[in-house]
Amino acid sequence: MPKKKVYSNFAKAVADVPDGVTIMIDGFGGAGGMPEYLLLALRDQGAKDLTIIGNTVGLGGTFGAKPAVTYLDPSILVENGQVKKAIASYPFSPSPSRPTAFEKQCLAGEAELELVPQGTLAERIRAGGAGIEGFYTPTGVGTVIEKGKEKRVIGGKECLLELPLRADYALIRAHKADRMGNLVFKGTSRSFNAIMATAARVTIVEVDDIVEPGELDPEAIVTPGIYVDRIVKRPKAGK
Amino acid sequence: MKQRLDRETMAMRVAKEFQDGDVVNLGIGIPTLASNFIPQGRQVIFHTENGALGFGPIASEGEEDIDLINAGGQFVTRLTGMSFFHHADSFAMIRGGHIDITVLGGLQVSERGDLANWMSPERGVGNIGGAMDLAVGCKRVIVAMEHSTKEGNPKIVRACTYPLTAKECVDLIVTDLAVIEVTPQGLVLKEIAPGWTVDEVQALTEPQLKVAEDLKEIEL
Repeated sequence: MPKKKVYSNFAKAVADVPDGVTIMIDGFGGAGGMPEYLLLALRDQGAKDLTIIGNTVGLGGTFGAKPAVTYLDPSILVENGQVKKAIASYPFSPSPSRPTAFEKQCLAGEAELELVPQGTLAERIRAGGAGIEGFYTPTGVGTVIEKGKEKRVIGGKECLLELPLRADYALIRAHKADRMGNLVFKGTSRSFNAIMATAARVTIVEVDDIVEPGELDPEAIVTPGIYVDRIVKRPKAGK
Repeated sequence: MKQRLDRETMAMRVAKEFQDGDVVNLGIGIPTLASNFIPQGRQVIFHTENGALGFGPIASEGEEDIDLINAGGQFVTRLTGMSFFHHADSFAMIRGGHIDITVLGGLQVSERGDLANWMSPERGVGNIGGAMDLAVGCKRVIVAMEHSTKEGNPKIVRACTYPLTAKECVDLIVTDLAVIEVTPQGLVLKEIAPGWTVDEVQALTEPQLKVAEDLKEIEL
């Protein structure tokens, strides 16, 4: 009998997160892809000295669409003093007059940042999940990104050696899961969620709905259940 | 003060570069506006970093779907034939040379086509986002920006002083004064805004411009 993956509430799903671990959180910048209830549970659980790997570290409503759709993002962990480091491509507010919570802590020297080009970030996470211990990419050559990295000419192109990213936990938002952990996503909310699910020791998923095995079309499953450890259903009354 | 092209007109000029069937990725700002001006009779497939191809125009009020946004966080719409994919696939398309054109904003472009667009030293911090991968990976890189800074300093320079996005990546610069092609022989002034002379544009441009034999007014 495979292990039971469905958890009855969000607090239980994040209860064992210790201080000092690395956590992947999508953070693309839209409401759809954000594991809001897992973030709230982790804030209440209080684990600190966390390293967050994500596209953003939470933009706290400084980015994106009008009319604004309000949603929770990793800013709530930053504001709660739980984050010591971020590995991200878009950690700052697009509007200098409204800095993000992480931006303030970063500039005050309270939080550390590794800035990574977005495609390199995605590929490093993919590599982490796929057992690839490095890859060469032309992205970043001649820029601040090449600092300290092995450079090599391949096929006439200068490339940088980039190393994989792995995490202790990934907090994922998906549309539906079955009890085996197979996942389907909705639209652009797949983004980093589908790759992060592969690269963490413990992958915890927040979904709109949990169904029985067989109810999801095997041809349409984006994330096979072997990548998923814990599943929690969002309350219906949510947004 | 002489009149310069407004943002919409610059976007209109940029959109003229899109050929029928091109796969196009647009950066935030003036580039995004170009999606409103696709020349008639041409079909363009838009790509966004966060994992969609072939989506439709910006959503109107009441039509917003939180699971359908572009890389600028704007709500977009469904279109027949669109597809979704994850972020690693999205950047595989970019780095793998599957995107025909990207249009990016710029802070500085050098005469060799180096681009600086992610950090202004005055602010001291900046977001790289997808810019470095797009500049390196797309078949053609168009930069849409104002010709000079608010203080009147050239943004087209001999060598970038701002942190680089990528080296020797820019193919075409569309500004509020000119259309300039980056060639191995240097910058070629191809088109000029109505009412402006070559000398006036040159005075706002640091490197020496070569004037195209068939120099014309910017046409829309």
